[in-house]
Amino acid sequence: MNSVALTEMHNDMADLNCTIAGVSSPNPFWLASAPPTDKQYNVERAFEAGWGGAVWKTLGEDGPPVVNVCSRYGSVDYNGTRMMGLNNIELITDRPLQVNLDEITAVKKAWPDRALVVSLMVPCTEQAWRDILKRVEQTGCDGVELNFGCPHGMSERGMGSAVGQVPEYIQDVTGWCKTHTDLPVFVKLTPNIADIRYPARAAKAGGADAVSLINTINSIVAIDLDTFAPQPSVGGKGTHGGYCGPAVKPIALSMVSEIARDPETAGLPISGIGGISTWRDAAEFIALGCGSLQVCTAVMHYGFKIIDDLVDGLSQWMDDKGFANLEDFRSGAVPNVTDWQYLDLNYKTVAAIDPGKCIECGLCHITCEDASHQAIAHARDAHGKRIYTVIDEECVGCNLCHLVCPVPGCITMREVDSGLPHLNWTQHPNNPLRET
Amino acid sequence: MSDIRAGRLSDAQLAENFAALQPPMDAAQAAVEAARCLFCFDAPCTEACPTGIDIPGFIRKIATGNLRGAAVTILRENIMGGTCANVCPVEELCEQVCVRNAAEDKPVEIGRLQHFATDHLFRSGAQPFTRAGDSGRHVAVAGAGPAGLACAHALALLGHRVTVFEARAKAGGLNEYGIAAYKMLDERAAREVEFILGVGGIEIETGVSLGRDVSLDALREVYDAVFLGLGHNAVNALGLEGEDLAGVHNAVDFIERIRQEDPATLPIGRRVVVIGGGNTAIDVAVQTKKLGAEYVTLVYRRGAEDMGATEHEQEVAQTSGVLIKHWAQPVRILAAGEEAGGVEFEYTRYDEGGRLAGTGETFELPADQVFKAVGQHFAPSPFQESEAPEMDGSRIRVDEERRTSLEGVWAGGDCVPGNDLTVVAVQDGKLAARSIDRYLRR
Ligand SMILES: Cc1cc2nc3c(=O)[nH]c(=O)nc-3n(C[C@H](O)[C@H](O)[C@H](O)COP(=O)(O)OP(=O)(O)OC[C@H]3O[C@@H](n4cnc5c(N)ncnc54)[C@H](O)[C@@H]3O)c2cc1C
Ligand SMILES: Cc1cc2nc3c(=O)[nH]c(=O)nc-3n(C[C@H](O)[C@H](O)[C@H](O)COP(=O)(O)O)c2cc1C
Ligand code: SF4
Repeated sequence: MNSVALTEMHNDMADLNCTIAGVSSPNPFWLASAPPTDKQYNVERAFEAGWGGAVWKTLGEDGPPVVNVCSRYGSVDYNGTRMMGLNNIELITDRPLQVNLDEITAVKKAWPDRALVVSLMVPCTEQAWRDILKRVEQTGCDGVELNFGCPHGMSERGMGSAVGQVPEYIQDVTGWCKTHTDLPVFVKLTPNIADIRYPARAAKAGGADAVSLINTINSIVAIDLDTFAPQPSVGGKGTHGGYCGPAVKPIALSMVSEIARDPETAGLPISGIGGISTWRDAAEFIALGCGSLQVCTAVMHYGFKIIDDLVDGLSQWMDDKGFANLEDFRSGAVPNVTDWQYLDLNYKTVAAIDPGKCIECGLCHITCEDASHQAIAHARDAHGKRIYTVIDEECVGCNLCHLVCPVPGCITMREVDSGLPHLNWTQHPNNPLRET
Repeated sequence: MSDIRAGRLSDAQLAENFAALQPPMDAAQAAVEAARCLFCFDAPCTEACPTGIDIPGFIRKIATGNLRGAAVTILRENIMGGTCANVCPVEELCEQVCVRNAAEDKPVEIGRLQHFATDHLFRSGAQPFTRAGDSGRHVAVAGAGPAGLACAHALALLGHRVTVFEARAKAGGLNEYGIAAYKMLDERAAREVEFILGVGGIEIETGVSLGRDVSLDALREVYDAVFLGLGHNAVNALGLEGEDLAGVHNAVDFIERIRQEDPATLPIGRRVVVIGGGNTAIDVAVQTKKLGAEYVTLVYRRGAEDMGATEHEQEVAQTSGVLIKHWAQPVRILAAGEEAGGVEFEYTRYDEGGRLAGTGETFELPADQVFKAVGQHFAPSPFQESEAPEMDGSRIRVDEERRTSLEGVWAGGDCVPGNDLTVVAVQDGKLAARSIDRYLRR
């Protein structure tokens, strides 16, 4: 499929064209640097399926390629659903540099409208970065992404997250790259740090055109209880690997929001990554300020075809909301993210149970009883029907019952007027340090 | 000439016909199904289970991979949880009240999950229960059906010695002799009896009949307590002309042969008529069809909603190819020489007073075999020459703890009032055992 067909397919729908740090793509959905972008064969099939762009699997220095172990992936399954979280102990590309460069050149030539960014990871010397950039520039790619994120293997060799955890290194390397190439530079951040704002600020100080986040999170997904081997097991031994997939999305969203609302980095373009599996996830990342979106695990789980619904679902939703293009709602949620201390302590909600919808599972009662505020009474009516009733005076509006109730719309959180003015912690009489 | 012969179907066809109605779940299916359980508080399913199994509790254990724990959770309340998983009318018990019905019109498949968990334990051969220290007391149980065995097991666990007297050659009661073959595959009943006895402290004396070989008075004399789990011991008759013709059978007797003999050797009529509307009628109709009868017609004198057989059982019959005919009652069995050749029926309806009445109009159904399934009952014959417990109609009267009117005598299962179900019999036996234990330790 070429770009004409792509536009035609959606010509009466919202415009999904995306530009970030000067890199354009017909939709915001890029494949993250990972196995799905390991070679020409995959990337071309992804573009045929409709993906807007790809970040090529991370390239390293010229010379003997890295060697991978077997096995490589571990999974967290939840209630019968596979791969709620995925972890891996794979390294960067294990194919020769020139093979990758030739294939990147061919793909870009055949797919000029798609974003093609090349991920890089070389030792921490200016020389090494200059050398690789010169060769990558010749592919015609649209940009580079500095992989400061990989938490396993490469970090033991002083690369990946070993760089990403030291803001000074990030700034230096980013600076070298800006000096030695005109290509847009994306800096991919590791979440394995205490405060994501420091590496983001360093990237900005080094001149980064954008940041990409998150890379994977340090993790051991499981211990085999027969062999006591961590998973994935390499002949009975294991090591911490990088965690990704739906499980990490909340962490990614939080980190994205931190960067989006930090005055020092506000406005720095963000390529959002981490657990994006559906168009809803995508819309949330965009609402927190992301430009393009990168996807890995969802494709490793289902294949490239999920792009159909990613694109279609996002445009349908935008049509429903009256958003003509991505700019119309980008960062829409950023002003609503604040510090806890500014939340209104006089805002009140109370749970309300719709008896007509109640299926009598009793989870609201037992969870409030055992884990919250003993605010849901239970009784039987004359026919033995279980009746659950909220005791308004006891309900603190925590949301728990609403969250555990399996029936959509059965428990709603009703806003109640406390009759009191907005009052946050900085103003609260219980706060000894309150502003006066 | 009536057409009755064995071997109407090939062995392969027979094997297919008598395979489990619902195949067992594999681990992946069980995981998905277990995840559907909401872990309800005050769970309706547990309340609907006559033995009160902690259903959300055992399903959660399946979900976490604790299959042995799941099985023990089941068996703790219902020692025949393995059988019940296959034979309980779950659509009228636990699964009927599953809250998932309201949410999505499909209950959690509790029965199949229960089968999955108990099978895991049985396959492992493990014996999860240990007996309490010997109490020095010795209890007699008459009848080794679900009620008697459940009572014996619970008593043994509590530290009492038990001797079970069983009239037949094998223990198990209707689990062994009555339940449809496709619900109780592969010697399941016998293996379950073995598992129950595996706890120790229980002796079974087969071929010993209460009333014939040993009297109730004698048992009360020798033992510290007595439990009666005698089931039904008599079959209701039609009282019609032709009932004694060759080719006319009591359904329960024929069902017993299906369970005990090689189905390939059972003589089956080409045209079969079944009279009755309960689960026994359904079971004999379905199984004769599965054995190769060409036409099987089940005739019931009232409407579908009045049938004792559950809606699910009726559906099984219909999908097996049984024709169910409502609103007709038998008038006589028609003879073809010495043998049955058909049945004459009269149409029925409710009269103005709401009573069932014949319309006067009749029809005939040709039949090579006729099965009577109009109910069984308990006859107090085993108590002849002993002091007999008070009766409640044709059943032994019991109180909430399953005590009879006789000091030191308890009863449960089909011989006492209540639903005639395996699970109810097990609960009776369990409750009686607890009551007996209190009595013995008073
Ligand atoms: C054809 C048929 C199909 C059925 N299908 C189902 C089903 O699918 N699901 C379900 O839940 N229920 C079903 N039932 C009902 C279920 O089998 C009974 O409710 C259950 O077996 C009752 O258990 P019990 O121990 O009271 O009696 P029984 O199982 O009848 O056991 C009584 C035992 O006592 C013995 N006994 C009798 N008299 C004496 C004596 N004088 N001395 C010594 N021993 C004696 C008998 O030989 C027998 O072993 C079915 C019943 C029939 C007849
Ligand atoms: C098997 C595997 C290999 C990966 N290799 C790389 C890599 O070479 N370079 C890189 O920057 N990120 C790599 N990642 C991280 C992904 O690009 C992405 O940041 C992460 O998986 C989070 O996105 P997701 O939740 O959509 O999977 C890899 C991830 C996986 C699962
Ligand atoms: S909102 Fe929280 S406190 Fe209120 S009823 Fe629900 S669980 Fe209880």
